[in-house]
Amino acid sequence: MHTLTLSELAKKLRAKEFSVTELTKSLLSRIEKSQPTLNAFITVTAESALAQAKVAESTLASGDASPLTGLPLAHKDIFCTQGVKTSCGSKMLDNFVSPYDATVVEKLSAAGMITLGKTNMDEFAMGSSNETSFYGPVKNPWDLKLVPGGSSGGSAAAVAARIAPVATATDTGGSIRQPASLCGVTGIKPTYGRVSRYGMIAFASSLDQGGVIAQSAEDAAMVLGAMSGFDPRDSTSVDTPVPNYVETLNAPLAGLKIGLIKEFFEKGLDASVEKLIREALKVYEKLGAKLVEVKLPALPLSVPTYYVVAPAECSSNLARFDGVRYGYRAKDPKDLMDLYKRSRGEGFGAEVKRRIMTGTYVLSAGYYDAYYLKAQRVRQLINSDFKRAFAEVDVLMGPTAPDVAFGIGAKASDPIQMYLNDIYTIGANLAGVPAMSIPCGFSRDLPVGLQIAGPHFGEAKLLNVAHAYQKETDWHRRIPAAFAKEVL
Amino acid sequence: MSLNRDQINSIAHLARLSLTEAEIPVYQDSLSKIVDLVGELDAAQTAGIEPMAHPLPGLAQRMRPDVVTEKDYHEQYQRNAPQVEAALYLVPKVIE
Repeated sequence: MHTLTLSELAKKLRAKEFSVTELTKSLLSRIEKSQPTLNAFITVTAESALAQAKVAESTLASGDASPLTGLPLAHKDIFCTQGVKTSCGSKMLDNFVSPYDATVVEKLSAAGMITLGKTNMDEFAMGSSNETSFYGPVKNPWDLKLVPGGSSGGSAAAVAARIAPVATATDTGGSIRQPASLCGVTGIKPTYGRVSRYGMIAFASSLDQGGVIAQSAEDAAMVLGAMSGFDPRDSTSVDTPVPNYVETLNAPLAGLKIGLIKEFFEKGLDASVEKLIREALKVYEKLGAKLVEVKLPALPLSVPTYYVVAPAECSSNLARFDGVRYGYRAKDPKDLMDLYKRSRGEGFGAEVKRRIMTGTYVLSAGYYDAYYLKAQRVRQLINSDFKRAFAEVDVLMGPTAPDVAFGIGAKASDPIQMYLNDIYTIGANLAGVPAMSIPCGFSRDLPVGLQIAGPHFGEAKLLNVAHAYQKETDWHRRIPAAFAKEVL
Repeated sequence: MSLNRDQINSIAHLARLSLTEAEIPVYQDSLSKIVDLVGELDAAQTAGIEPMAHPLPGLAQRMRPDVVTEKDYHEQYQRNAPQVEAALYLVPKVIE
């Protein structure tokens, strides 16, 4: 049953081919067996999962079930889960048991989904390789010597290894799409404001957005629909109706205008990745789409823009961790200043401290205009580039990442090299537009992702476009050899 | 641009972060590189461009009515606190 997508699982649960409890137990066993090698989870909630499974079974029997009732999922450990450790991958929150549920968790539980546990991630979602986690790196299921990408590496690895059929994730600069690309799964970052950020631990509030990592666009559509929507508890949540993403999956693509981002096919892109992207574009042409090249001239500045805006917001958001109200507290502080400094110095890892200090620097007196205001102006230019492009085309396409997964440790000592891995994904966060990554082939036996971006609130079109490709290809159904067997 | 030890110490102080001796040169090196990276923004022509603070322009952040919506959860919340006494968070003495 581990090879089945959500829609297939839903059918088989209704046909009573197996029960929700059997499905849940089978996945819990896969998680347990894979944990020593994959390290995809921080916390496994076996007991409550089995209790939720029992409830789902009676809901299914009563006929009141939602399309998601009884389907298991994993939550990225950035989403608060009531009564369960919510660590955000940090020593700072290693002892934190959330007193409430994030809106995303609440909505998916209310839809009848079973929470298998909390997935591993880069500390406070700051990283592109999962190596910054306090709980150790997640491994890439296609090759355990490689990184799964990040920051939602645990969610991506869990879905790729089919130890969870679907997982929640978040994306501030590529944290859903880049690991989806490196692990060969489907990931969608919706429009800023589409999914509530309430209970999603904040990194950079004008960029953070929750989304889904799934086996297919169809599965992503099912879960995204249930987790989206207006939330009065998030002041940036947008009050606009959520369309039924599943209903429009099969709309024909004839006449679709696809913009190829010229700047993404210039220097820095691996030739074998480019070849696979070009082949995927041919599939779209066959489906009746028209390809046009578009220029987004400010887009190459997205990495430096991001590394001002994101650290600035991070330094402000992470000021709340003070060793007083929750989280890690240093031993025997000699005064209040010592308590703050050592709790934060000892509780945060190296990359988080780097970003806090970068943010503190760019916001400090005398530098604010030169860095922060300047970056906000360039962000406006990038935003205008996207707006102009979407006046011309329906969706934009290009690579998700410049190359396939890299080795654990390969980029850990050079933060700039690590940051450049998000060169193609950051633009969508700065402009707040939705974007996804879908598997489009293999290079050196490792998955490659095609990125698709759309205008604000264009999720239905993105999912439709992704689904059309997945009906023509089977890259998204490939499973890493080490995880192919039902019993691991 | 290269940041010196004093600058790193001063940034760390502003950010309320204790750094070990070994960490200082590491951050000197990486923060200098990051400052160089973000220095690429200087080349962009931004005269007359409005700074963008929010990704959905025109959708201002909502205000909510000024009414009490939360119950008193201090007991649940304080279960996560390192040190609490009489429903108060304890910190080292600040007034002698």
